[in-house]
Amino acid sequence: MKSKLNLDPKVIDSARSSAAGIAAEMQKFIDRHTTVSTERTVVRLLGIDGVDEVETPLPNVVVDAIKDGGGLPRGAAYWIGNAMIQTGLSPQEIAEKVAAGDLDLLKLPLATAEEAEMKLLGVVENTLKTIKGETAKRTHYLDTIGEGKQPYLYVIVATGNIYEDIVQAKAAAKQGADIIAVIRTTAQSLLDYVPYGPTTEGFGGTYATQENFRLMREALDEVGEEVGRYIRLCNYSSGMCMPEIAAMGAVERLDVMLNDALYGILFRDINMQRTLVDQYFSRVIIGYSGVIFNSGEDNYLTTADAYEEAHTVLASQLINEQFAVLANIPEEQMGLGHAFEMDPDMENGFLYELSQAIMAREIFPKAALKYMPPTKFMTGNIFKGQIQDALFNLIAVWSGQSLQLLGMLTEAIHTPHLQDRMLSIENASYIFNNARGIGDEIEFKEGGIIQARAQSVLAEAEKLLKNIEKEGLFVTIEQGKFGGVKRARDGGKGLAGVCAKDEQYFNPFIPLMLGGAK
Amino acid sequence: MGIKNTTATTTVDLTKVKPYGDTMNDGMVQVSFTLPIPTGDEANEAAKLLAKKMGLDEPSVVYFKDLGIGYTYFIVYGKCQHTVDYSTIKVPKVEIDVMDRVECEKYIEENIKRDVVIVGACTGTDAHTVGIDAIINMKGFHGHFGLERYKGVESHNLGSQVPNEELIAKAIELKADAILVSQIVTQKDVHIKNLTELVELMEAEGVRDKIILCCGGPRVSHELAQELGYDAGFGPNTYAEHVASFVLTKLVDSNRV
Repeated sequence: MKSKLNLDPKVIDSARSSAAGIAAEMQKFIDRHTTVSTERTVVRLLGIDGVDEVETPLPNVVVDAIKDGGGLPRGAAYWIGNAMIQTGLSPQEIAEKVAAGDLDLLKLPLATAEEAEMKLLGVVENTLKTIKGETAKRTHYLDTIGEGKQPYLYVIVATGNIYEDIVQAKAAAKQGADIIAVIRTTAQSLLDYVPYGPTTEGFGGTYATQENFRLMREALDEVGEEVGRYIRLCNYSSGMCMPEIAAMGAVERLDVMLNDALYGILFRDINMQRTLVDQYFSRVIIGYSGVIFNSGEDNYLTTADAYEEAHTVLASQLINEQFAVLANIPEEQMGLGHAFEMDPDMENGFLYELSQAIMAREIFPKAALKYMPPTKFMTGNIFKGQIQDALFNLIAVWSGQSLQLLGMLTEAIHTPHLQDRMLSIENASYIFNNARGIGDEIEFKEGGIIQARAQSVLAEAEKLLKNIEKEGLFVTIEQGKFGGVKRARDGGKGLAGVCAKDEQYFNPFIPLMLGGAK
Repeated sequence: MGIKNTTATTTVDLTKVKPYGDTMNDGMVQVSFTLPIPTGDEANEAAKLLAKKMGLDEPSVVYFKDLGIGYTYFIVYGKCQHTVDYSTIKVPKVEIDVMDRVECEKYIEENIKRDVVIVGACTGTDAHTVGIDAIINMKGFHGHFGLERYKGVESHNLGSQVPNEELIAKAIELKADAILVSQIVTQKDVHIKNLTELVELMEAEGVRDKIILCCGGPRVSHELAQELGYDAGFGPNTYAEHVASFVLTKLVDSNRV
């Protein structure tokens, strides 16, 4: 495809190669470490679920017991496999005994790591079969009832009550939405456990629990069959429980998951070592289960200036792409993010936005690009807000975005009312349909504002990536190069949950998932 | 059509103000809302009856749409019957002479003679930092530099979803002169609960009298702020210089320099 922006492929290749170097260097650190959340994920995938009598999730009970006994460096899989050999019990029975105080995993006779791994094989294969069963269901739905056209209309529900969310989600699907995201309750990202069961209370969102995932999935399948279109479900594989939620999402057939370590580091002050290790396992799961991950570059622009910091978005997209490559995620599942956040008072701001969006499409031709709506410059003037969202929609269809998080005219006022969502779907449907072919029809003036802007953003991103490759990602974040936010390598939440693996550590899921096991 | 009507009635009676559409006192109002009832003639009638109860004469449903789950959305116009007496309205406002950045810096140099420490955060459930960023961050908003740019002001932006306890602890640790709390997007009035809790916690810690406390956000007014026990509340269209002017003046006037 000829570049409409006249981008130099050599510069793109050079930027991409620096990003690959950055990711590979970080991967060395990731491979040497594990975390409590990564181990809880292993435990969940081995079938351990439920809560103890004080509502502590059993995965936490088991992993905390292993950690307190000094066994974390060996990995939870070993301890569960060993306990299965020594007691003849299932993982769930073992967890219940640990919770009741009837079993100390670290005081059992010790089998070898190979023996423990062999013992787990049947359980592991069962879980992988369950996940593959869900991906097959998705494929079946897409082959039979089909899906909406891209850009997919992506809306959020956030009532706090999963049953109320279902009402709103069904309404949105009937109005034309293709993706429903259930926003999480405030500060869930900082909880070091995943709550259990259906929930009906939350602020600004609803708890992400496996039961809530299941309820919403069921409702969306139902409404999808009714409207004759597969409705995708989105939630957050981010925060302190990043990989656990990815595992829950894989089992309950979520289709899209927000997943970005950098976002957690910068905007939730989660420790960078912790979340980068967690991100790896979560992305392996996401890749294996056919989920589209969404990275959070758009958020940089809510704190940093969209015009001045545009190159940091591209740089981060390239790094996220390379992390995804290492987790064996197909390009079509890479939902790299950016956002429409230029100051509406800026002369030619629309042209710069258009340039950035088309550049992202040219550099990541197959990616499921995620485009986020204006938020920073939205005001109580809902009528102007509707126009800001219209310009955003025009750029999306023009530049061929994949996932369009619809802007809400009431963005600056409240979480969306039922009618706000309808108005935003109407806005996007109108523009997408009316301007469907615009991207194929229009080329840009050679050396004009749009071409020059993209070329300069690309050049800046290449420079930044070269610099990061030299200094390392940790140091770059410490210097505040992304989103203008500085974070310390040993600061933030969750560092205590990180440890180095010992020689016999194993995670039975990673090699099989990377190999694409059936 | 009498000859007298060759000029428009353009004078307003400030004791009886009502909405203006295109003619004085026509009372024209537009409202939109959703009713949890299925689309149809009965739904439109329900919308009109409701509009009448809101005080709108001759209500007209100009648009309706089926929202897909047995609910209907309406846009309704009507003529408001009510009037208000504008001439007697009094609204409490932050009463200060606003100084620009340079004047604020000079004021600190002449009257305070040390750095003023200001801690800001978007607290509780709210993840939207746009308000606190606009006031504190170097760049500011719409060409009005933020407090980080002010010489003589040491500002700390703690970001979003900061628990009230953490904000207070940080303010005590930094010996803050003032705390700024931002609440942008709220649901079911959670911002009121959250703002109230901060005041209560500060009183429990015994620091409420020692620190100037301000809140801001699109749904915050000075009146609301004062009711909740804040020194000042700043609504939309507030920039760093408004907040700085208030804090600096208050510091000097209450002898906390």
